[in-house]
Amino acid sequence: MSDAETPPDTTPTPGEQGEDDFEPVEVFPESTEMDLRPGADNCYKCTSCDVSCPVAEVDDEFPGPKFQGPEQWRLKRKEDASVDDSIMSCSNCMRCDDACPSGVPLSQMHNTARGEYVDEDMDKLSREYIRNRILANYGTLAELGSMFPRLTNAIMGNSLVQQINEKVLGITAEREFPAFATQTFREWWNERGGPQVRSEDKRVAYFHGCYSNYNTPEVGKAMVRVFEEFGYEVVVPKQRCSGTPMFANGMLDDAKRAAGINAENFAGLIPEGYDIIASCTSCSMSLRQEYPELFDIDGLEDISEHTYEAMEYLRIHEDLDSALADASVSEQSFAYHAPCHARNQGLDRQAVELFRDLDGVTIEDVGDSCSGISGTYGWKEEKYDKSMQIGADMFDHMEHADGNVGMTECPTCSMQMEHGTGYDIKHPLQLLEEALV
Amino acid sequence: MAITDDVLVIGGGIAACTAALSAAETGAQVRLLAHKKSTLRQASGLVDVLGYAGDDGPLANPYDGLDELPEGHPYRIVGEDGIRDGLRLFDEAVGDAYRGGHTDDNALVATYGGTMKPTARYPESVASGLVSASGDMLLVGFESLTDFDAPVAADHLEAAGVPFSVRGVSLPFPKTFRADAKLTRFAKALDRDESVESGTVRSSLADAVADELDGETRVGFPAMLGDDHDTEVRDELADRLGVPVFEVPTGPPSLLGLKLEDMLFDALDEAGVRISSGNPAVDFEADGDRIETVLVDQKSRMTPYEADQIVLATGGLVGKGLDSDRAHVTEPVFGCHVPHPEDRYDWSEPEAFGDHEFARFGVVPDDELRPTDADGESHFENLRAAGGVVGGAHVAREKSASGVSLATGAVAGRLAGEDATQ
Repeated sequence: MSDAETPPDTTPTPGEQGEDDFEPVEVFPESTEMDLRPGADNCYKCTSCDVSCPVAEVDDEFPGPKFQGPEQWRLKRKEDASVDDSIMSCSNCMRCDDACPSGVPLSQMHNTARGEYVDEDMDKLSREYIRNRILANYGTLAELGSMFPRLTNAIMGNSLVQQINEKVLGITAEREFPAFATQTFREWWNERGGPQVRSEDKRVAYFHGCYSNYNTPEVGKAMVRVFEEFGYEVVVPKQRCSGTPMFANGMLDDAKRAAGINAENFAGLIPEGYDIIASCTSCSMSLRQEYPELFDIDGLEDISEHTYEAMEYLRIHEDLDSALADASVSEQSFAYHAPCHARNQGLDRQAVELFRDLDGVTIEDVGDSCSGISGTYGWKEEKYDKSMQIGADMFDHMEHADGNVGMTECPTCSMQMEHGTGYDIKHPLQLLEEALV
Repeated sequence: MAITDDVLVIGGGIAACTAALSAAETGAQVRLLAHKKSTLRQASGLVDVLGYAGDDGPLANPYDGLDELPEGHPYRIVGEDGIRDGLRLFDEAVGDAYRGGHTDDNALVATYGGTMKPTARYPESVASGLVSASGDMLLVGFESLTDFDAPVAADHLEAAGVPFSVRGVSLPFPKTFRADAKLTRFAKALDRDESVESGTVRSSLADAVADELDGETRVGFPAMLGDDHDTEVRDELADRLGVPVFEVPTGPPSLLGLKLEDMLFDALDEAGVRISSGNPAVDFEADGDRIETVLVDQKSRMTPYEADQIVLATGGLVGKGLDSDRAHVTEPVFGCHVPHPEDRYDWSEPEAFGDHEFARFGVVPDDELRPTDADGESHFENLRAAGGVVGGAHVAREKSASGVSLATGAVAGRLAGEDATQ
């Protein structure tokens, strides 16, 4: 509770009460494994999650989140039942979490079930496993590719290579492989000599993730310039992938390794007054929710409690409304799409709310549908058509919106928006930079 | 700094939406702070005001029952004016999509269990199925949608003595889906008029129902007749059958509830209400008897929201606006007083549909809907409550849940808005 006047008839919290006069009975043997039973028991089968699932809407074979979560959890309690392979069709958009009125940890159940399926039931020499492993470890691929960005871009843009990718690996040839920047964000950061602002009390550590490092360094640069404009000291610790594509492909060992390295490099900064800022809403989602849900590593709880999405941080810690009220930009018009992972963090409306009143800008939300790409999902040859069907609503709304530039926080949503409409896509931080720096 | 507005409404259901719309009318800058997707999607989409009061009911006119309600009932606080104001806000928000506003009288709507619910407002798609209108009725259910058993529902209605004949049939849906296919899958098939062997889903369905028609002058289906193109689906079926077609409201997943949610949130957008959803309000900071900041648990980290006035519309025991353990009932955000018998065996009656004490649990409002402590003093000068979190009404027995939410939402929102802008 807070420092408010204590209500006279105050009651003990449930926990304290339990210790006083209620002895819970231990029904199940103690286990060191993650126990999701209370979550499964919370499900009262209202199917709200199923209705919110973008994959179930277009894929008649996909049984939906209620099955993947609580029902599958119960089924596999039986000795001879393994995780159903339909778990691999879940795109990990996490919309079911937001729909559940009863606190069932659906995405956590999906992530653990998927990890178990991949560990125990997937052939490690299969094309699907190898393809998923490659997609899940995009960061490693990007690190290699961006050593010779022009050459890599030429090769990956070659249609013959794309056909081979599809035939041999099952990576769709329909999509343009994202181009690597000729200078990565980190190269730029080192070239400029690191932080240009030093501060004792306004300090942030930037989690840029893979995409704004290798593919869209302009987003990372915008983050740095905006925060420095507000007087923040920005540091950019060494880092690995946030783990998002690994969770979605059941590669929990890879994700755990990456989380361990990120914990090592970020957790120590928190006592020195740094908060962690992400520009990608899936990265911030991972650090905030999936890390503490899935891994028991020192420092992850601290990281979760100190991680913010960039604009969210400024809204809380600065008077962003007033700063924007005094600013103006050249006339431009945006069709904004809120990424699924931004929704679950409560960030889905902040860009429109902030920019609606910015001089020079018109911005319109293109509706609450999923973009359909869900990270690696839409890159899979067998999922491509479904991915485009899910995105159809968004494409349609974008085309009907006044804006002819797209806007979103998520790198893969942005790929999908561009792929479906041909629009240029900006990150909100880029507009913030234009307005304030 | 914190995210700052004039009025902060905590909740995402019908009470919260109404409070936000009402506050916005005063010119205040309003923010709705909702935890999850709105509970409206679990609701039938029907809007009741009062169907039963004391020993009376079903009431032909809900306003006739107000005097029968016990002291402390939310309707006794907001009065008939409050109820009318709530309905006005609702009517303005939903426009032509709802019916019933032409009269004060209740309509009787057939539920999917075959009971009759006294209702003040109902979706347009339900209109031709009113039990309070005449005309023999055929109810059609589908073998694969087990929630609605048309023959049982028809028998129930007949047994209740409706002044027309009702018959129910179960038919196979023209297109076969997986055994546990969702209601929305059926709705989409009708929306898109997907092709099947004998034509399309709509035409095959109409043909199958036409074979069953035996002089009935209206046909009812569970509420799954299309999602995006519902009017078109209903019109085509009616046209092919030559009689009006209506929907019977269902439990979750409720397409009628989902549509109502969309309409209310569109109205909020139109009214300039800001919306933050996805995370629960869990705590607050106050200076004396003024709440200064509401703290939102944003994935285990607190985000502060500041406002001059606050409306608590988090729902009752089901909506989690009230919490209980084996000994106590609490209001978890602000710790407001929730009176309840000391012995928990007095909380409920042995009969399932008895006059349960727990159904009336909730915060105790003063005459301006501020929650009060055990001595009847308001906890905070700038906190008001609306909807299910307010105690004193047995909304399930009275058939008053939506009405209580509309009326308390309208009044709490208006007072909050006026205080914030004066």
